[in-house]
Amino acid sequence: MRRVKPKYQRLYLLLAALAVLGVAVGLMLSAFEENLVFFNSPTDIQEKEIGTDRRFRLGGLVEENSVRRDADGLTTRFRVTDLINSVEVRFTGMLPDLFSEGQGVVTEGRLDASGIFIATEVLAKHDENYIPAEVAEALKKSGQWRGPGSGAE
Amino acid sequence: MITEVGHFALVLALVVAAAQGTLPLIGAHRGIESWTAIAKPAAVVQFILLTIAFLALMQAFVVSDFSVLNVFQNSHTEKPLPYKISGVWGNHEGSLLLWVLILALFGAAVAVFGTNLPPGLRARVIAVQGLVGVGFLLFLLFTSNPFTRLIPAPFEGRGLNPLLQDPGLAFHPPFLYLGYVGFSVAFSFAIAALLEGRLDAAWARWVRPWTLAAWMFLTVGIGLGSWWAYYELGWGGWWFWDPVENASFMPWLAGTALLHSAIVVEKRDTLKAWTVLLAILAFSLSLLGTFIVRSGVLNSVHSFASDPTRGLFILGFLVLVTGGSLTLFAIRAPVLKSGGLFAPVSREGALVFNNLLLASALATVLLGTLYPMLLDAVSGEKVTVGPPYFNATFGPLMVPLLALMAVGPLIPWKRADLGAVLSRLKFMIAVTAVAALAVWYFQAGGPVLAILGMALGVWLVAGAVAELALRLKFGRASLHDTLARARNLPRSAYGAALAHGGVGLVLLGITGSLAWQVESLQVMAPGTLATVGPYEFEFLGARGAPGPNYSAVKGTFRISRAGREIGVMEAETRDFTTPPMTTTEAGTRPTAGGDLYAVIGEPDGRGGFATRLYYKPLINLLWLGGLVMVLGALVSLSDRRHRVGAPARKRSRSPVKAAPLPSGA
Repeated sequence: MRRVKPKYQRLYLLLAALAVLGVAVGLMLSAFEENLVFFNSPTDIQEKEIGTDRRFRLGGLVEENSVRRDADGLTTRFRVTDLINSVEVRFTGMLPDLFSEGQGVVTEGRLDASGIFIATEVLAKHDENYIPAEVAEALKKSGQWRGPGSGAE
Repeated sequence: MITEVGHFALVLALVVAAAQGTLPLIGAHRGIESWTAIAKPAAVVQFILLTIAFLALMQAFVVSDFSVLNVFQNSHTEKPLPYKISGVWGNHEGSLLLWVLILALFGAAVAVFGTNLPPGLRARVIAVQGLVGVGFLLFLLFTSNPFTRLIPAPFEGRGLNPLLQDPGLAFHPPFLYLGYVGFSVAFSFAIAALLEGRLDAAWARWVRPWTLAAWMFLTVGIGLGSWWAYYELGWGGWWFWDPVENASFMPWLAGTALLHSAIVVEKRDTLKAWTVLLAILAFSLSLLGTFIVRSGVLNSVHSFASDPTRGLFILGFLVLVTGGSLTLFAIRAPVLKSGGLFAPVSREGALVFNNLLLASALATVLLGTLYPMLLDAVSGEKVTVGPPYFNATFGPLMVPLLALMAVGPLIPWKRADLGAVLSRLKFMIAVTAVAALAVWYFQAGGPVLAILGMALGVWLVAGAVAELALRLKFGRASLHDTLARARNLPRSAYGAALAHGGVGLVLLGITGSLAWQVESLQVMAPGTLATVGPYEFEFLGARGAPGPNYSAVKGTFRISRAGREIGVMEAETRDFTTPPMTTTEAGTRPTAGGDLYAVIGEPDGRGGFATRLYYKPLINLLWLGGLVMVLGALVSLSDRRHRVGAPARKRSRSPVKAAPLPSGA
């Protein structure tokens, strides 16, 4: 069998590395853009034109007295608010343990043609005192932030 | 009083670590033996001091001493004792104390067990461990002191996050840290080798068991976390590509690559610079993981802290360690001359391919994890990178890796004849083809990817069996001969086959539970039936049940298959009072084909409850495979050649040449 020369070995290694790296970069480029999920507040939805084709996260507070349950017992309708604007959300499934009116919530899904946000996920991984950073951000933007650093209380 | 002793021990540990991190380095450089000799006692003393500090904190938690701020914030008198103890590391300060304690443990272990290491190398390794310790001890004392007093002492504590009050999660952090911090040893060895400008087969022989141990602990830690997410979060999943999960997965990937490249260094005296780079990378990613989890840049159950000074400190430390070691690498790596040449088709070639694919997969995970944080830092725009990205990038890179993984151990070192290698694969190809056809036939129109996943899983298991059979000359030599070979085969060979087979089982579990999972969501009143795959669930009703520091609602289901009752299962929600919070305890019931999984939700006010039921085929193989991988690592670690200390006496005299190895391990 052929003896391996050092310069060939280096060449082989380089070619293999480039090939694998090329594949990896290709995969990243093709998957990255379409799988970025942006975060929007209810005001962002009012101000930006967001199509029905794009998944995004909507966060804010669950508006008081807005939670309704459909007759099927599984579909919940509620409004997410940043205390300036609010958006109607519909979610079918089990809500997380911490979901309740007046609390912070982050939902993921898409807008439908009538402007209702169809959530496929409702996230709440925090305790009752905690407001998700995205929600805090949304409230700060809308000027309704009452937490630390707001000057209130 | 005991708290002050702990605090004082922590300060002393910093002083000792500073001595440990500097004097031996200077001593080794200048040849001052008395300075070099400080390394060992310093490492041991630092470990003892940190043990005292840790026990002091644990004592405060056990007796609920709320005059310690940390205890007040994270404990409660009504909490069961095991969770009072796990509460020690269930918070930012305590978990960092555990981090440095484990770091010191590894430093002391090198000092005590490394008696046959060359003295210069040992002193440098221990010194680098000491320097890392200095960084973390400064961090602890100046930003996250666990012994801060609270005067006057409150009457009752705030309690531990109920999600963390769980047996799976109680042991998740210690194992994860044993893994993270375990890579510090490989890191210290790498830095020491760069400083010495010498790296030989003996070096790799020393690094391998430490890396393997770290890898094993990290595997256990990730497995426990994943298992916890599976039954506790009640989402039915076990991996979400969450940044926190990725934070532990990235060092695992780097560590896996390191584990394999170190073999090449040991056996063939090549790939040296790359191996050193991987060692630096594995530990840097462990630090990055700590930064991601501890700095408060994330919002999840893991990020206890959201104090920006802490984040800045860890980030600074990360930049210092990673930047410093990479700079050192850039300057010194050319000194590391590589020896053995090899053809593309060879064991080395296969291991290089393994490393390339693991490194690329690591890069895709790193990008997906860091991009949202960088974007947020730069533009304030909030985005998340979801699981579809990771599935689309990580998945395809794993396919060739897994395919080659079963073949690699069958290829000889240096250069191989492709035809001879292929002829060894006949058995595996046959088994895999049968399995693929069987899946295709039985699943009737299911996802095509499922066939690929199942075939790859079977391929890996068959590969592990084939490799052992080949080594033992099973069926080609007399039974007596085969048994003799089985006795003589090094344990590391069994370990590797087990670990590779374990990956195959994991893959079968992943594929089965993803491809054929049945999910059913409904409201169930007592007496209601729900059909989930081949199983029927009858809801028998829900009742209240008190727990030690919570009250629970337990729903009971009667399970039957084809009209025959096979048992009952319970799903639970728990309402905790301090802090007020509800958690879900999913009910799981293993069956021969997979798990049944039930979650009970809110009552609908008319006697019914929202329920989510799953049938998850083959998911048992996922946990089993993880256990087999860990078992493989354990078996391999018990190998005489890996046993720390035992084999090295001869080698330290002639360190450059690797000892000839039986049957090409």
